Amino acid sequence: MYTSRSAFQSSLTFRDKIVSLDYTLIFSILFLGIISMFAMYSTDGGQFNYHTKSHILRFGIFFILFLVVSLFQIKFWYSTSTLLYLIFLLLLIGVKYFGISSSGSKRWINFYFLNLQPSELMKIGLILFLAKYYHRIAIYDVNRIKYLFLPIVALIAPVLLVIIQPDLGTSLLIAAGGVIVAWLAGVKIKFFAYLSIIFISLAPIAISFLKPYQKSRILTFFNPDRDPLGAGYQIIQSKIAIGSGGLFGKGFLNGSQSYLDFLPEKHTDFIFTLFSEEFGFVGSLLILLIYCLIIYRIIAIGNVTRSHFGKLYCYGFATSFFIYVAVNMGMVLGLLPIVGAPLPILSYGGSSMLSIMLGLGIAMSCKVYKDVPVT
Amino acid sequence: MISGSGSGLSKTKLIGRRMFVLNFAKAIVFTGIVGRLISLQINESKKYKTLSDKNRFREWRIAPQRGIIKDYFNNEIASNEKVYQIHITPENTIDIDRLFFRLKNILNLTDRKIYALKRVISKQKPWEPIIVSDNLTWSEFSRVNLFLHELQGVEPIVSVARVYPHTSTSHIVGYVSKASTKDLQNKEYLREMAVAGISVGKTGLENKLDEKIIGKVGFQRYEVNAYGKRIKQIKIDKGQSGKNFTTTIDLEVQKFSAELLKEKAGSICVMDIYNGDIVSMVSSPDYDPNAFVHGINKKYWDTLLKNEKKPLNNKAVSGLYPPGSTIKSIVALSALENDVASPELQVRCTGVIEFYGEKFHCWEKKGHGFMNMRSAIKRSCDVYFYEIARKLGVDRLSKTAKKFGLGEKVFDNFLEERSGVVPSTKWKKKFIGQNWYLGETLHSGIGQGYFLSTPMQLCLMSAQIANGGYKIKPRIIFDKDDKNNNLKDYIEYKNNNPDKTISTDILLSNFKLKTLFRNQENINFVKDAMFASTNEPGGTSYRSRLKDKKFIFAGKTGSSQVKRFTEAQREAEIKQSELDYKDRDHALYIAFAPYENPKYSISVVIEHGGSGSSSAAPIAKKVIKKVLERHEIRMAQSNNIGEEI
Repeated sequence: MYTSRSAFQSSLTFRDKIVSLDYTLIFSILFLGIISMFAMYSTDGGQFNYHTKSHILRFGIFFILFLVVSLFQIKFWYSTSTLLYLIFLLLLIGVKYFGISSSGSKRWINFYFLNLQPSELMKIGLILFLAKYYHRIAIYDVNRIKYLFLPIVALIAPVLLVIIQPDLGTSLLIAAGGVIVAWLAGVKIKFFAYLSIIFISLAPIAISFLKPYQKSRILTFFNPDRDPLGAGYQIIQSKIAIGSGGLFGKGFLNGSQSYLDFLPEKHTDFIFTLFSEEFGFVGSLLILLIYCLIIYRIIAIGNVTRSHFGKLYCYGFATSFFIYVAVNMGMVLGLLPIVGAPLPILSYGGSSMLSIMLGLGIAMSCKVYKDVPVT
Repeated sequence: MISGSGSGLSKTKLIGRRMFVLNFAKAIVFTGIVGRLISLQINESKKYKTLSDKNRFREWRIAPQRGIIKDYFNNEIASNEKVYQIHITPENTIDIDRLFFRLKNILNLTDRKIYALKRVISKQKPWEPIIVSDNLTWSEFSRVNLFLHELQGVEPIVSVARVYPHTSTSHIVGYVSKASTKDLQNKEYLREMAVAGISVGKTGLENKLDEKIIGKVGFQRYEVNAYGKRIKQIKIDKGQSGKNFTTTIDLEVQKFSAELLKEKAGSICVMDIYNGDIVSMVSSPDYDPNAFVHGINKKYWDTLLKNEKKPLNNKAVSGLYPPGSTIKSIVALSALENDVASPELQVRCTGVIEFYGEKFHCWEKKGHGFMNMRSAIKRSCDVYFYEIARKLGVDRLSKTAKKFGLGEKVFDNFLEERSGVVPSTKWKKKFIGQNWYLGETLHSGIGQGYFLSTPMQLCLMSAQIANGGYKIKPRIIFDKDDKNNNLKDYIEYKNNNPDKTISTDILLSNFKLKTLFRNQENINFVKDAMFASTNEPGGTSYRSRLKDKKFIFAGKTGSSQVKRFTEAQREAEIKQSELDYKDRDHALYIAFAPYENPKYSISVVIEHGGSGSSSAAPIAKKVIKKVLERHEIRMAQSNNIGEEI
């Protein structure tokens, strides 16, 4: 039964592949991409400047990459996932030695066409690695200590490498992706509890490694008015921008908060704030709905794909994607501390875009080859 | 791979189940985010819109122009002029220390001034401009403009500032100066007017009228970015210049009178006896009020303070002098009104009388001989008035004196004005804490002792005698809605309708008048006695009379002792001119003119001028002539002044 179907599947024609693509997902992404271009145009003060141009270029390139990746055999991603993980880990180590610094942290490696941020890629790498790992082990082995060892190392190594950059936000997001996959695969909640206890008990030591600005960000989250012109400034200004948008917003290119530079980091972490100020509650809700749609489509792919690898990857990626969105929005809405987490696709940033598009492409590949067994 | 397939189903199930839990959690989180969006963008949107506008807009206030003060003939006595200023906006400068170093060379700033400016800068917001120099000469201003390209953050500004064209009105108008912290504390209306360089009236009319004359602050609203840089102007409100005011002063008379008092310390007041309009109010010496506008320099300030003639003091309303013999008209009137003495009462003056062992001298050492009331006023016999005062008693005298305007302020809230003293037994008990002595009544009878009055009060007193004994309310600010002419109308009415037999009381209340007499004959008697004093041989101001029929006036001299004569000095017949300046008597003179159909009253006080007849009366004579000469012009102006405002 299996063999006959696999034979059929392996002989997918190009046309079959194209037909089986998830067009809802593709158009959602495209739509979001177009919105992101307008948002970027607005951050450039209504001019066709550097950020807009480079964002459009990147979106174009990475959207094509996404389509190409979609057509790769899922087997290819299965077999190369460990390798990819190791490459990303090497790059992370490389950052420490060859990285370039900007505003006090060392996160990037300079390739001549792109300043690559390996920590962004690691978000996908870890999910791939763990999806493959749990695909391979039997369900009754999942909670055996022997089999827990490798996932923990695979998770902690990149997280630590990113923390020391220092980049608290990304390291938490990487960890979240790993934890989600492991939990979905059946790891009992108590192990996460143990791990958390160990982490919490190590927290004081970790805090001593935190840079002052990171400490103040966390303190500020609990009381933004603590220092309205310092660290609390970003949260306050972001809330003012969003709140002043009202129901329908101030109109395209009329966001005074961003236009007059009250809004910090408007290209990257606070892009949602800018959009929300200009398009109001209605616009914000639209963005939120598109994200819901994207997440829903990825989960749906997870539902139809037959391999555990595919399911674990799709669910893990969908949940991580959700977390990126939730953390970013929670942050700009003043519900979470400012940790530095970009909003998928909307935020300016090549590595983040690359990582998200790669992740989406692999998910799409799960759709195209949903019935192909993975070995 | 087969290894996973044995548990394949249950593994898929497990993953699916756990995913379901996660999806549930996602739904909750997204609901939370939507809830937050609702709360921020819908429920609290108004609050955040306000906050956003607060970020966006910043206002710069514009100081309004002060209203102009004019005299009765539309001559400006306080106006505005263009001034050249240099402002610095600290946030626009690159290096403030270097900038000051450059400016120091260009403008000759002192280190002290720079230090003070830096202190101000450190206290205010970086986008608030600071005035470096507020009144530059044209050459300084053009020099700054020449170097402007290397003075980033400096703005040359052409502004307006107060200017006072005439020093003779310095005490009337007063002056403006920078608002002090005290001003801001005390004056409610100034609180919304905190604008760099706003001037506040400190004395005189500038102070009295400040609230109305200061105008309304304007503002420029700019959209600014997060760094405070102005992006574009949103709104401009130029504010309102303050109200203009016309005074009752005749600048011509004012200047003329000031010239007569040159080098002297003293005061001249001229008043319209019907409507109380102040025609002239001179205090000498005067000062340059312009010196205060841009911050007075220490040297000039010191000379003003050290001058023993006290130029800053507005002697017309705050100089307190014993009225001396000028009060004798009131003493006589009081005696007549109270039926204490009749005009025929005769007293023999021997130059001195003794009372309970104390000697009371007449200024005429030889004595005046037999005096009745008219000749006693005419020759200003002290002994006669000792006798009258003794009979009258101080309390009845004080009542009449107060009625005629002594002992209380003439104007409403004129900052510098003082009320003087009209003594009475109660007053002494209250303020000195002692019982009244009869001897003091005698001193009061010749306007010495505790009596203190301002020249303006004396002028009002003579006006109210001259107009036939009606109360008037002096004013210095002309008000077109209130010509204040009731008394004139009343007199006209009476002259035109001599036959009508409406009771005087009803007429008076119709014209809203208040009489100060019981029997108007008594007022007329006093006026006649004052006529005698000026126009009959032997009168104390006979030498200062005007013979031209048009100008004939009536007056009363007075000399008030600054220091009591010792018996030794009296024996030695020391003359006033032989005394130290500080010890000489004040010379006083009150008058009304013309005698027939009087129109104006005048008071002249020359500090340490010796006797009233020798120094005050000759000056009064010249002023009276001037005022009467200008009477026609003034009347013509009074007819059209209301239209012009």
